[in-house]
Amino acid sequence: MESEILISVQELSRFYGQQRAIENVSFNVHRGEILGFSGPNGAGKSTTMQIICGVLAANHGSVNIAGHDIHETPRLAKQHIGFLPEQPPLYNDLTIDEYLTYAAKLRGIKKEMLKEAISATKQRCGLETSGPRLIQNLSKGYKQRVGIAQAIIHSPSVIILDEPTSGLDPIQIREIRELMRELGEDHSVILSTHILSEVQSLCDRVLIINQGNIVLDQPLDQLENNAGKPDSIEISLRTPPALEALLSIEGVTSVESISEDSLRINLNPESNAIDAIVNKAVSDKWGLYKLNPGDTSLESVFMRLTHSDHNLLVENETRS
Amino acid sequence: MINNINLIAANELRRLFKSPLAWLILAVVQFLIAIFFYLLLSQYMQPSSAASGLTDVVVSGMYQISGVVMLLVSPLLTMRLITEERRLGTIKLLVSSPISITELVLGKYMGITVFYCLMLLMISLMPASLMFGTELDLGQIASGLIGVFLLMSAFASIGLFISSLTSSPAIAAISTFGVLFLLWIINIAGTNASEGMAALFSYLSLLKHYTSLLTGVFNSTDVLFYIIVSVFFIILSIWRLDAERTYG
Repeated sequence: MESEILISVQELSRFYGQQRAIENVSFNVHRGEILGFSGPNGAGKSTTMQIICGVLAANHGSVNIAGHDIHETPRLAKQHIGFLPEQPPLYNDLTIDEYLTYAAKLRGIKKEMLKEAISATKQRCGLETSGPRLIQNLSKGYKQRVGIAQAIIHSPSVIILDEPTSGLDPIQIREIRELMRELGEDHSVILSTHILSEVQSLCDRVLIINQGNIVLDQPLDQLENNAGKPDSIEISLRTPPALEALLSIEGVTSVESISEDSLRINLNPESNAIDAIVNKAVSDKWGLYKLNPGDTSLESVFMRLTHSDHNLLVENETRS
Repeated sequence: MINNINLIAANELRRLFKSPLAWLILAVVQFLIAIFFYLLLSQYMQPSSAASGLTDVVVSGMYQISGVVMLLVSPLLTMRLITEERRLGTIKLLVSSPISITELVLGKYMGITVFYCLMLLMISLMPASLMFGTELDLGQIASGLIGVFLLMSAFASIGLFISSLTSSPAIAAISTFGVLFLLWIINIAGTNASEGMAALFSYLSLLKHYTSLLTGVFNSTDVLFYIIVSVFFIILSIWRLDAERTYG
C-alpha cells in the first residue's frame, strides 16, 4: 500500500518516573489503513495512543500527523485527530446535541457547517433520534457511540480509538465494527483492543506491543499466508535427544518445551527443517509419535510474542 | 484564540447552571447578604449613627460582608473547574483538540469570573434600590464594586490553580478554603513580628487591599496587587497542566 503516510511515529519513548512505559516505538500508518494495536494490559497501548494525540508528551522521539509535528505545531496536527480515550470523555449533564455541538466547535468546525456535521455524525453513529437525551441517562453502548461520534465529527484524517468495543453487547460490537470499517476507507484508523478476532476481522495490519516494545508489525494477509508453511512445529518424542542435536539441524531457530516430552520447534519456513527433523528422529530413534504444524493464528502468535520466555530452552545465536 | 476562550467559558457557564449547585449558591448568597443589608440599614436608621454617611455604613458594609461570604462560597464553585474534567476524562477531549492549554485555563477563568459578575450584579441590586429614596456616593460604590470584583477574581484564580492540582473536588475545596482564609488573615500574623515582616504580611493580606478600596480610596497598588495575584495563579495553572503532559 503506497498511499500517503498520515501517522508517522518515530522512536517514541516515555517514562513514568523510573518506570519505562514504551521504548523506541516506531511505525507508520497510511491513508485508508486500519491498524490493530494489541498487546497485554499495561503493555503501553494507551500511553502510545495518548502521545500520538498530544495528551501526553514523549520523553523521546516524534509524532507526525498528516505532515504536522504534534509537538512543534500542535494546533495544526490536532485538527486532523479524532481521539476516543478508553473512558469516553463525556459531560454527563449535557444532552447529546449540546455535547456534540461543543465537541464540534472545539475541533474548529465553522458555524455554517455545524448543523450538517452534527446530523451527519449522528446518523453515522445511530444517534439520529437521541439528540435531546441527557448523556447521564444513556446506556454504556450509547455512551460509547457518543464517544465515537465526538471523535469523527470533524471528519479527521486520523482516528484513534482506545478499546472502542469494550463493554458492548455483540450487536453493538457488530454495528461499531461496521462503522469502523466504513471509516477505514478514507481515514487512517488506529484501534486498540485485546480482542484478537476483532483485529482479524477488521484490520489491515496488526501491531503487537509488549512491555513497551513493538514485537510484531505485520500486514494481516501476510500473517495468514504463512499458514501454508508453518514457522513452528510441535513434536512429541518418547526419548527426546539433547537439545543441541535439535538445534544443529539446519533451519531450526529455537526450541521451547510445552510439556515433558513435547517440544515446540521454531524454524525458518523456507528451509527443509521439518524433513530433516523427521529423518533424524527415525535414524536416531527418538520415538516420534506426534507432529503437528505450529498454530499460526493471530492468537497463538500473540501468545508466543507476549508470553514471558520462561519456557524457552535454547535459542540459536544466529536467530536475532 | 478569543473564540476558543469564549467557547470554553460558555460551556463552563452552561454546565454550572445545569447543576443545582450554582442556583443554590446564588440563592443562599443573596439571602445571607440580604439579611446583612437589612441589619446595616436598620442600624443606620438609628438616630445615634446619623453622623456617618449612608454609603459608608450600608453599601460599604454590605460589600465588606460580601467579601467574607464569597470567601466561604468561592471554593465550592472553583473546586470542580479542572478536577471534574479530570474525573470525567474530558480533559483528554480538551487537550487532544486544537486548543492550547492557555486558552483552556483562560476560558475556565473567564467562565467562573462571569458567574461572579452575575452574582455581584444581583447583590448590587440591593444598594441600588436605595437610590429611589436618597442619594448615594456613586464614586465610593464604584470603588467598592471594583474591590469586590478584584477580590473575587483573585479567589477564582487561586481556586482554579488548586483544582488543577488534584482530581478530587473535596480536596480542592478544602485546600482552596484554607489558602484563601490564610491569605485573608495573614496580616494578623504580622502584629507581633518585626516591622519588616509585619509590612510583608500585611501586604500579602487579601483583606487589607480590599478594605481601602471599600472606603473609596482607589490606590493603584491595591488594584495591582489583585491583578498580580490573579495573573500569578493563572500562569501557575497553565504550567501545571502543561507539565502534566510530561510528568503526569
